[in-house]
Parts: sequence; structure tokens; C-alpha cells
Amino acid sequence: MRLQLSGKATCNSHGQGSSYFLGWQEYEKNPFDQTRNPQGIIQMGLAENQLSFDLLESWLSENQDIAGFKRNGESIFRELALFQDYHGLPEFKKALVQFMEEIRGNKVSFDPNKIVLTAGATSANETLIFCLAEAGDAILIPTPYYPGFDRDLKWRTGAEIVPIHCTSSNGFKITACALQQAYQEARNRNLKVKGVLVTNPSNPLGTTMTRAELDLLMDFIIEKQIHLVSDEIYSGTVFSSPNYTSIMEVLLKYEKAEVWDRVHVVYSLSKDLGLPGFRVGAIYSNNDSIVAAATKMSSFGLVSSQTQYFLSALLSDKKFTKNYISENKKRLKKRHALLVSGLQNAGISCLKSNAGLFSWVDMRHLLSSNTFEAEIELWEKIVYDVKLNISPGLSCHCSEPGWFRVCFANMTEETLEIAIRRIKALVESASRGRDKVISSQRSSKNNSRKKSFSKWVFRLPFHDREAGER
Amino acid sequence: MLSRKASCNSHGQDSYYFLGWEEYRKNPYDEVRNSSGIIQMGLAENQLSLDLVESWLESNPEATGFTNGESTFRDIALFQDYHGLPAFKNALAGFMARIGENKVSFDPNNLVLTAGTTSANEILMFCLAEPGDAFLVPTPYYPGFDRDLKWRTGVEIIPIHRSSSNGFKITESAMEEAFEHAQNQLNRTVKGLLITNPSNPLGTTMTRRELNQIIHFANTKNIHVISDEIYSGTVFDSLGFISIVELASQHKSSHNKDDLLSRVHMVYSLSKDLGLPGFRAGAIYSHNEVVVSAATKMSSFGLVSSQTQHLLSSMLSNEKFVREYLSENRTRIKNRQQTLVSGLKDLGIKCLNSNAGLFCWVDMKKFLKLNTFEAEMELWRRLIYEVGCNVSPGSSFHCVEPGWFRICFANMDERTMAVAMRRVRVFVDSMHAERIKNMKSQFGEGERKWSALALPCSLRFEMIEGMEI
Repeated sequence: MRLQLSGKATCNSHGQGSSYFLGWQEYEKNPFDQTRNPQGIIQMGLAENQLSFDLLESWLSENQDIAGFKRNGESIFRELALFQDYHGLPEFKKALVQFMEEIRGNKVSFDPNKIVLTAGATSANETLIFCLAEAGDAILIPTPYYPGFDRDLKWRTGAEIVPIHCTSSNGFKITACALQQAYQEARNRNLKVKGVLVTNPSNPLGTTMTRAELDLLMDFIIEKQIHLVSDEIYSGTVFSSPNYTSIMEVLLKYEKAEVWDRVHVVYSLSKDLGLPGFRVGAIYSNNDSIVAAATKMSSFGLVSSQTQYFLSALLSDKKFTKNYISENKKRLKKRHALLVSGLQNAGISCLKSNAGLFSWVDMRHLLSSNTFEAEIELWEKIVYDVKLNISPGLSCHCSEPGWFRVCFANMTEETLEIAIRRIKALVESASRGRDKVISSQRSSKNNSRKKSFSKWVFRLPFHDREAGER
Repeated sequence: MLSRKASCNSHGQDSYYFLGWEEYRKNPYDEVRNSSGIIQMGLAENQLSLDLVESWLESNPEATGFTNGESTFRDIALFQDYHGLPAFKNALAGFMARIGENKVSFDPNNLVLTAGTTSANEILMFCLAEPGDAFLVPTPYYPGFDRDLKWRTGVEIIPIHRSSSNGFKITESAMEEAFEHAQNQLNRTVKGLLITNPSNPLGTTMTRRELNQIIHFANTKNIHVISDEIYSGTVFDSLGFISIVELASQHKSSHNKDDLLSRVHMVYSLSKDLGLPGFRAGAIYSHNEVVVSAATKMSSFGLVSSQTQHLLSSMLSNEKFVREYLSENRTRIKNRQQTLVSGLKDLGIKCLNSNAGLFCWVDMKKFLKLNTFEAEMELWRRLIYEVGCNVSPGSSFHCVEPGWFRICFANMDERTMAVAMRRVRVFVDSMHAERIKNMKSQFGEGERKWSALALPCSLRFEMIEGMEI
């Protein structure tokens, strides 16, 4: 008699064969280290912001008391140790909404009573789906999108994702046509559409949505009477123009309208502040029922009171936040320029972007054919020969082969330069025609491995990752 | 427009358990500022030993300062691996073993860290059951289970009834009855049993016999057993506690040991033993690799803050602190429990004989007008509004017998406890006076019967009950 586990527990084991996971595995086996392993694989698949820790560390050194549970010289350890109210620490919610306002140039204001704290945006997104959709309902998401959504939005909720296809023909912007097509596809599959979920700024594109796209989305959700979730986790990483427009700004003109309480924002401190370990996320909504339900659901993933207190002090320090936001953007801009120009020198172009911790890189001209098989072939070469772990567009559900997401903010400048040199070398050897020799040499070795890749690559989402990757 | 989960009430927040909290929040007792406010006795928090933790922190500032020579702020800030901080898992496994007096050891690789047991229990439901399936849970049980186990998972709870006739122990026939009811009458597939050991609200540890019966039952029906051991560090009678992991490791049965270990899962947290509910540090422990693997990924939805993992790993790695803390904490809990028990005894109120937990399971049946839950609610209202003590009525724990209340003792200082006891005394006296008045009006004056008034409180009640009317 076999002991039963749920479908949810057992289905996940199939993800273990995905090529995305294998890229991570290769990196773990042979990680680059400037001194100890200079031939190792450089991690460029991890969307972390490591550029501004010094700013945080210097704040910390001037505010040791805060980390030590003190407020104005007095210990509040006891109060914090016991604090598990899912309404969240008031001083933290206040500081957080002010930070969110500052990121948006104070063009919108947020009410602390409408914010729900969650253990990261991972938890926030899942919670919102539990609130908006039944098992079997559909959420429309523009491609390419963050691979983690396949797990975060679908796994335990039972919801379905139907893609809104975006293509390079117009810089991957959302079009009215693509929205309607996605909606129709859902209807054809007998799925009830409950909402649209967008990431703005986009992961993996690194672009901010235009006003026109945002208006289009509003028109669409008004027409279809559905919800809109705007994941604004990268809102503090907008480093150049066009300026960032949050959906909350667009929503201002709909204050009296029905759609007012069908638009929800997700945020987190994992990218802007580079604190993914602290598990600080939030849902913001004008919808009282959603706030009430999500607040209760946040019981399943509350933010540690220790962390709430620490960050309330950090974010209340306006001198710090002003300086941090501006300096962080400068550093991201510089790092982004380094990657883009380096790739340009190698004859590789990137989608023009103004935000995020990565570039969306066009390697279509390096494909042996305009197919996803060729994309994976190229990706393998980049992982095993060039020794860079980057993310293939297929893993982000991109509809065109040849695009890759390359992260730039999770390493030193020197490491980035080494990575760029390696890419240049690949391109040069490709143009010299040596790649044909290399690939035939490798083909007998890799045939079996390639076969298993092909089987898995098209089968399941690339969501299995060891560390949190976004 | 919203999902059923968002609009329905199965989060259980409307039960009396939570409503009592609401009343307390509106009018909370404070020795200085609101001495006539409601005393919170419905909150199972351990506030007795926080000074020990606080003084450890004072002596070990690097635990909160992000540097202990091994990690930097940067390392900690970036650490979001759902496998958890190894140093923390090692320390936690060691702490759990010490609580069980090293009768069993815990392998950190079998631990999954979660944001509290609230998250751990829900994750296990998602891993072990489909929507519509059932889990058997012995009554009385923690009201939060109605939300944690059922709400988003769609799993049903089927109660295994326990009664005062045998000290609320679990019986084979009760388990069998619950199973039959689920499978045959409700057409639900039973996927497992969930027990809380030590029990909330009873404050008792399960006997070896009960645990063996549960394991035997689970083996026979081929179902899982989850043991929520969140109160294991509050056991103040050292002979009492046996972890399900210990029992499963030792168990000799006709089924092979691996099979047994694969169906047994334990849940733990630092919220009660260490008194740190705000830190959201919970865990699942299981030998079942598939469960550990799936639960690890699901923990993405509720990871423990790396800042907190770092702090706790320092603290729990300190063997001297752990040893002294566990022993002193037990002593304080025991003393406080005895204060409550003896205080109530003086008033003629009995508690279930308990050896753990942060509360007593109190028999107030004699104060009920009728043996009904309506009468229990009426009594509860009087306790909140007249006596000014928020205690938790048994019905909110799904108890089958009216008249039982859970009263917490570890979430207040000694003086507040004394105030609470005085208020209860006043209440008992007034109840007594009421009964005398009622009887007088029924049976007329008569000196012989009423000389009972001169007797001490506890005897007075016994006399009245014993008197033939």
C-alpha cells in the first residue's frame, strides 16, 4: 500500500530536469572567484542588487542600536519579540509607504492602512491570486516574464497563466491586439479570466511601461471587468529616462470609477534595497475586501518583527533614503552602460532599457537556426564553453528564440569586464567559423545530454532554482 | 469579483476565540492606566523568560550586529536560499534535541524552515492532501487550525472527540468513529491525523499508550501523522514528553521502520518555548524526502528572515544559554501554573491535571445554568464583562462538553495574576450568593441549610451540590 502525497507535492519533482536548473547546477559546481577560481562560471542569471551595500553598511554602523532592538536608548526587545499582529508594525508601514512615494517622485500618495505586509513579493503575488481567482481561472501575463511566476501564481492556487505575446517587432510592448488574443485564447480553453498581471519595470526586459501601454491596460480591464496587478518590485531601479510611471499614477484619474478597487500593486525591498534575505514584501490596494482577506492570509508569511523594526528606522531616515535612491540609480546606470557598450563592441545589441538589474540581449544572429533548439544549443555553449550562466529567453516564455537575460548588478566591475571579454571571444570565434568544429567535437559527448534537455526544455516551466532568482 | 476564499468566513476569525480578543483590545487592563480593564487570559504567550533572552542579547551584541566574524551584513542581506541558513538549522536541530533531553537527535537536512507553525501546518496540508480530503484532529483543538489547515487548502477537519470521562485522552474507538464518519458519511478521503503534543488547550502531554495507538491507527489506515510539538519546551514534568519522532524511531511493529518514518511529520516553532512569536521561526521535520523537498520549495512563500536566522543561530548554538534557559523557563512555568491551579482550587474550581503548556483547562461546569453551549457563552460573557478576564470558552476549541475554559497564565506578571484571581474570587462569591438567593426563594428560609455560608468557599459548593433538594 503506497503512502499518498498530494498532487502538488509530487508534480514538482518533474522540474528537476529543466535546463535552467542545470545551468544553476553547473554554476554551483564551478563558481567563478576572482582569486580562487578565475576560470569558473560567472553567475549572470541572478537578478540581485549588490551595488549599494556600502551605503546600507555605513547607515548600520551609525545606527547599531536599532539592530540591537533599542529605540531612543531603551530596549524594546520584549515588545518586538511578542509582536505578531498581521496588521504590521505601524511605524514600518508608514516608513514603507513614504519610501514607495519617494521612489515615485511623490507623484502619488499611499495610505498605510491599505498596505499588507508579506514575506517577499513571492508571498504577495500568491496571496493576491488566492484572493482574485479560483482554481482553474486564468491570469493574463505579458511575455517574456519572470519564470518564478509559473510556480508563485499557479502551484498552490491552481490558477492558470495565459500569455499575452509581446515581440521584438515593437520593442516587446503590449498591444491591444495581443491583449484581445490572450483573452480569446483563455476563452477557447474554457478558462475564466480574472485579471492581468504585469511587472513594471519589466523583468526580464528592464524597460518601464509607457503611458500608452498603461492606458491600454486600464481600458482593457475596464472593458473586461477584471483586475490588474502591477508588480513594481523594480520601481526603485529606474536609472534613466523615460521617467517611471506607476499604475497608481494612472489610477488617479479613475478615483470615482468602478475600476478604482480592481488595481493592485505589489512591492518588495529585495531589489531596490538589495535585501532579498529579509523577506519584505507588500500588497497595496484600494479594495477593502482584498486588504482584509490578504491581511489574514499574510499570517502564512509575516515579516519578522525584528526586521520590520530595523527597516522602519532605515526608511524613516529621509536623508538616507534620498541619498540611497539617487546614488543607487547612478551606479545601476553606470553598470548597465558598461554591459551594453561591452556587448555592442562584440556586435551584440540589447533592447534599449532604463531600469532593472539586467539587460535583454539580442543574440539571434548567433543562432544556428531561428529555433528554440538552437537557442538552447547556444545557451549550453555559453554555460559550458564561455562559462557564463545567463537566462535563455525560453525560460521566460519569450515567443522568439535568441533573446537572453544577462544580469549586471550582482558582481564587481572587474568580474563584469571579464564576462564581457569572454563573450567577445565567443563572438570572434563564431565569426571565424570555429564554432562548427567545437560543436561537432562536443556533439558526440553531449548528444545524450542534449536529448534530455530537449525533452525537458519544452515540457515544463523553468522554475526550479536553488536560491531565489528573479 | 473576488475569490470565494477572499469573501468567505472559513478563516474562522469570527469565532468567540477571536471576538474575546477584540473586547480586550477595546479595553485592555493596565496596572496604572486602566486598572479596571480586561485582563488578557486568552493569549498563549510565554512572557515569563524574555529577560533571559534579553540579557543574552546584551552580552552578545554581534548576534544582532550582523557580524560574528563569519558573515557580513551583505551575506545575510542576500541570503534567501530556501534550504535555510545551515548554522541556524544545525542550532535549531540541537535545540530540539535538548528539549527532548537528547533521547532523539534531529538531522538538520530533514528540517524545513517556515514563517511560524502557522505556515508549517498549512504547507503540510498542501503536501499531504487534496482539496476536499480530510484530516482527523482530536478535540478540543487550537481554533487557529480552522484557518491554518482548511482555508486555502480546501482540506476538511474531522474531529476525534475526547471527553472528560477519561481525562480527554484519545481512544481507538474515537479515532475509528471519526474515520468512518469521514469516509462513509461524508465521502471524504482521510489523509492523516494531526495532533498537538503537548496539547493546546489541555496542557497535557500524550501518553506513550495514546501515541502508540495513534501510530498503529495510522499504519492500519495508511495515513499520515502530524505532531505539532510547539509546546514541547514548556513541559515542566520531565517524565512527560515523548516526541512522535522519538516514538517512530523506536517503534517495533510489523511494518518496516522506513515506512513508519515516512508517514510521521513533526512541526515546531520558537514562538512558545522562547517566547518569540514576532520572529516567525517555525519548522517542519520529516524523514519523508518527497515531503521535505516539496515543503522546502513551498517555504518560498514564507521564509524566515535571514536577519532573524542569523540572530537565532547565534543564540541557540550557545549550549550554556540553551541549557540554563530551558531549565529556568520550565521552573517558572511550573510555578506560575501552580499559582493558578491552587488559586482556583481555593475557589472550588478544578483544572485538568496538566504538566505542560502556557494555560490550564478549567472546569467551570458548576457555574453553568444549564449543560448547554448557550449557557457556556453566557458564562463567558459574564467572565469578560463582569469579571474582566478574557478567557477562552471550550466551544471555540470544538470541545464536546460545555463548561470548560482555557485560562492562560504565562502572558502576565505576578501582580496581574493576583488581580485576576481576586476578580475570580469576587465572581465566585457572587455566583455563590446568587445560588443561595435562588434556593432561598425556591425553598424558603431555614437556618440549618444555610449554615453552609460559614464554610470555606470550596466546601460551600460541595455542600450545596451534595444537598438533596
